[in-house]
Amino acid sequence: MQTVHDPSISSYYVNDRLYRRLVESFADWQKDELAVLRPDERDRFRMLLEREARLLDQLRFDEWLAMYARECIYWVPGTPEGGDPRREIAICFDDRRRMEDRIYRLRTGYAWSQAPKSRTVRMISNVEVFETDSSIARMVRSNFLISEFRVDGTRFLSGWCGHRFVRSAHRWEIEVRQVNLIDCDQNLRNPSIVL
Amino acid sequence: MLEKLTHARVEHAAELYDWDELVREDRVHRLIYTDPAIFALEMTNVFGAVWVYLGHESQIPRNDDYITVRLGLRPIILLRDSEGKIRGLFNRCTHRGTTLCRKDKGSARIFTCPYHGWSFLNTGKLRAVPWPDGYACDFKDAKFNVAQLPRVDSYRGFIFGTLNADAPALLDYLGAITKPIDEWLDRQPKGKIAVCEANRLKYKGNWKLAYDNSGDGYHVVFSHRSLLEMENRQADVANKGMSYYKASPDTAPMYMAYMGHGHHFKDKRPNIQKRAGGLWAVEGPAPGSEHYQHELRRRFGARAEEILDLASSEPVNINVFPNFSLLGNHIQVFEPVSVDETNVTWYGTAVVDEDGVLDGAVDQINALRMRTQEQFPNFGEVDDLANFEEIQRGLACQEDEWVYMHRGLGIPGRVKTDADGIVTAPATDEAFMREYIKEWKRLMQSRPRLVVQREP
Repeated sequence: MQTVHDPSISSYYVNDRLYRRLVESFADWQKDELAVLRPDERDRFRMLLEREARLLDQLRFDEWLAMYARECIYWVPGTPEGGDPRREIAICFDDRRRMEDRIYRLRTGYAWSQAPKSRTVRMISNVEVFETDSSIARMVRSNFLISEFRVDGTRFLSGWCGHRFVRSAHRWEIEVRQVNLIDCDQNLRNPSIVL
Repeated sequence: MLEKLTHARVEHAAELYDWDELVREDRVHRLIYTDPAIFALEMTNVFGAVWVYLGHESQIPRNDDYITVRLGLRPIILLRDSEGKIRGLFNRCTHRGTTLCRKDKGSARIFTCPYHGWSFLNTGKLRAVPWPDGYACDFKDAKFNVAQLPRVDSYRGFIFGTLNADAPALLDYLGAITKPIDEWLDRQPKGKIAVCEANRLKYKGNWKLAYDNSGDGYHVVFSHRSLLEMENRQADVANKGMSYYKASPDTAPMYMAYMGHGHHFKDKRPNIQKRAGGLWAVEGPAPGSEHYQHELRRRFGARAEEILDLASSEPVNINVFPNFSLLGNHIQVFEPVSVDETNVTWYGTAVVDEDGVLDGAVDQINALRMRTQEQFPNFGEVDDLANFEEIQRGLACQEDEWVYMHRGLGIPGRVKTDADGIVTAPATDEAFMREYIKEWKRLMQSRPRLVVQREP
């Protein structure tokens, strides 16, 4: 019998197969002929992205995590091309457990890089939805601008996101979120918020 | 150099302060972290005068490969020329001073200045000047060749450079710290690693705050409390990561050692069970931990443990003055930007298995090793950097002048010096800070002869 592992407790799904599929699905996916034109479908994904941005601005991390598939990845590459996470370290490459670690740490009260906490507002725009080779998966590209205030001033983080959504029984879940900062390969000051 | 100005500047620098007044036995003056004049002097007397880490040979594996780095504030093209020789060229056109190369890395036989089209071979030699008949000079004069570091040398893949004609040989400069460097390398197959991108961070604070911290065993449970709580949140026994600092770190077998020339070493290995799998047993959870552990144990049986250790952090901090650290599996590089801004880059390293001694496990162990390496910069270093920034803010209090580094000082029998001059003390001791800052003080009072070299 197949053992069912709780991905909050142990990490079995981050394996060769996941890496291979991830690298494949994030290569060359923004093709005009795959763009979804139906306004209602584009609206649906745009609303999901806006909700995610709002939950992160409001530090409502439990609800944010609940938007993700059980086995999910939050990936911030350290190179503009995304790189190969099997062979390169990323700014971060979190599975569900490490996403929960990240939130747990922020909540300890001893994460000095976030004490006091940053205040953020996020703008999401240029949302484009793309079909994939699976009828229950969509890739979504969006641009973002995060205004972040902390201690001595306001700064701006910008870039674009690639979300891979998968359809579960009753909703679209985020399976992978790739956050591409425009300055991802430069030295970053206090990159301690969830992007 | 300009005789008159150079002389005046050296005289001025030497008289800038009474250095004994700034650096005391137990404390240092805030100005060493805040004064732009001291910072400017450090760019020659420290970052010009000692061997400074520039990069790793795996970043320029083939002839004509280059990366752009800095020596202090000087932009440098670190390259392997078309003949295979490693050089550190000033990234500066000899015509008008324009940088010749603006990319972080690449491959080039020729660098052509974007401004007026002067072009140079990757040896630094001037190749061609547009419309030369407009010049009366002889372009064969060596002064038109790109200036470069007179001395570039590697120690087992780590490339260092200096402008100081009188500096000791690199091997002599490194001295006793080569032993821990060798041990750090030799736990990998054939003693080899390859750099594989980086976690790149910066902070608004003086560079020495990072070097002070690099051997500091006192801050761990306080500055990294959130990390220690996080990585042990699901552990049956809270022994993950640096948990051994929690109870009574000064009675633990780990220790700090000052190894001369400003180098120091924090050895935490004695805290870890010396057995195959000992490191893996205390490694915090990472994406893929359980899968790869299961997979490797299934394939390799008992031998899997030593393979898993390669994905685990080596519990050492090997700090080579002024800008290079090996810790965990990272190469950490400190890069001063200004008196109150510093880049801290954590280069990841991968295992290289040229002879296949890992029987095909190298890709899997690297996939896991990438994830273990992302942990500390994300959940540990960011908090240190926040604390360094807050030191810099605190040091704006001009009337409160002193910064202390006297932990362990004056306690009989605590700090020991052996016959080779190596100073050891318990893990939380600040003896390494007191020792390296003496070396810093000596350098700040010295008058190094800095020179550049040009191809003939």
